[in-house]
Amino acid sequence: MPEVDMDWPWQYNFPPFYTLQQHPETRAKQVDAWKSLILNYCEQTKTYTIDVRETENPLFNNTTINRKLDGGVITSILSELQRTGNACPIDKNKHRWEIYWHTIEEWAAIIYDFVNERGLQNTVVTLYELTQSEDNKELMFYGMHREVLIKVLRELENQRKCELILDDDVEGAKFF
Amino acid sequence: MNRIKYASPLLLDGESTQAVENNVRLYDGDQKTSFEGGELIITSHRILWARPGQIARGQTCLALNLSLVVFFEEESPSAFSFSRSRKIVLHLTETNDHSNGPQLTSIYNFIKLSFREGYTNNVVSILGNLLQTKPWEPKVIEHTQSQVAQNKPHIPAIKPRLGIVGIERSIQQKHKETDESISHAFQDLSKLMVMAKEMVNISRNISNKIKEKQGSITEDETVRFKSYLLSLGIDDPVTRESYKSDNQYYESLARQICDFIHKHVQEMGGMMALTDVFCWVNRARSLELLSPEDILNACKLMEGLNLPIKLYEFSSGVMVLQLSSLDSSSIAEATAEMVEEKESLAAEELSQALGISLTLAKERLLTAEKLGKCCRDDSIQGLRFYPNLFLTKD
Repeated sequence: MPEVDMDWPWQYNFPPFYTLQQHPETRAKQVDAWKSLILNYCEQTKTYTIDVRETENPLFNNTTINRKLDGGVITSILSELQRTGNACPIDKNKHRWEIYWHTIEEWAAIIYDFVNERGLQNTVVTLYELTQSEDNKELMFYGMHREVLIKVLRELENQRKCELILDDDVEGAKFF
Repeated sequence: MNRIKYASPLLLDGESTQAVENNVRLYDGDQKTSFEGGELIITSHRILWARPGQIARGQTCLALNLSLVVFFEEESPSAFSFSRSRKIVLHLTETNDHSNGPQLTSIYNFIKLSFREGYTNNVVSILGNLLQTKPWEPKVIEHTQSQVAQNKPHIPAIKPRLGIVGIERSIQQKHKETDESISHAFQDLSKLMVMAKEMVNISRNISNKIKEKQGSITEDETVRFKSYLLSLGIDDPVTRESYKSDNQYYESLARQICDFIHKHVQEMGGMMALTDVFCWVNRARSLELLSPEDILNACKLMEGLNLPIKLYEFSSGVMVLQLSSLDSSSIAEATAEMVEEKESLAAEELSQALGISLTLAKERLLTAEKLGKCCRDDSIQGLRFYPNLFLTKD
């Protein structure tokens, strides 16, 4: 088994899982299983980006049964995830992807709830404080990548719930 | 003409008379000579010419050694000639010995023998024989020559014929040879046809005997195989000639194929690839062979004739004859059960387990997959099929 501590679903050790199925209904089930596996895996391992070309990723490469998912299939599954707002390609070739196990909107709500809870309205909070601070270790968005965080805050900005400050010396947000 | 010498008509040692002709004139090349109306004797060694009666009296005559003759040809009579006159041209080799002849020099390398009243003997073939066997040569030399000939059997005997006539003759000879070999070949074939019926009868007898004895003989694989082989045989094969229209022909053909193949299709698990059908049917018909197209056309009609067998085409294009009672969902069901039993199956394994061909096994698995009963695992190790846990689990 891969070293990753993870509750693998039964499909993970089922060889046909790594071949795109021909039968439409079967394929739908298979793709669904992959989608939830990818999101679960990323959430448990706090993985914010996936590179399709990285073949050693235990998520797509099961060394125990010696099967790996084809890169093309991965891309098509990630495209499916993109449609529900759970993934977004970073580069034009769709090699690198950001994975959102919570969609941007969900993340925005989660962060805004947190701000309200801590009474941080009308103050400037740095991005570092939000995601890297030792106090916030228990939070869901602890360790969130800067790029993802900015996208979340932009979403909040659109909702007029915060203002993003991206100066050279200070990167933060003022919540309303 | 300068090769001809005066000689005694007495026969030499080993010489024998081959033919005697009368009223023969000699030509020096194309020119007539005064030697006319004479008697010509062809011996095994020489050609002798003399005035009538001279030879009988043992007087000197003209003689030409056959060893000097390179080859000879018969001059074909001209279209305007109604006489029986025949001419033979003898082409001669050079010789240095011009002594003791009626004519010491000659510009020609050939002489003609003109038979004013035709031949009484077949002079042409006699001369031909003599020139080939060369009886004038000493026996010892002949012996060694034949030994040499035996050592090199592939070198054809050089035929002393040249010119257009020679070419024509050799062409004629070749025609004759091919004619003979063709008729030989067909002789063999007709013999085979006659024998084939007997062979079919024999095989039928043997197959009956094996069937009778099957109870007492142990289920030996070889016995079974033999009975398979011998159980083949269609008594009265449907042939195209006996039908006026193609449709009728195909219909009766469909019925006959169905009668014959039904049992075997059942044994094979209800399905047989069309290529196998082709082989089985043609082996059973032994001589009245069917073309693949005829079989295909006949099989296409089967469904419309309500026969117990029908043609089925897989989406891959593979065509099979299958029992009408069998439909793809029941095949898929059965295949899926096998897959479940073995946890996973490759086409090779299924074909071995069921004793069916590889293509058929693959088609079965694909059918099962298409109906969602199986799912595939396409890896470096090959294509394998698993029970469709995606749909059944959870």
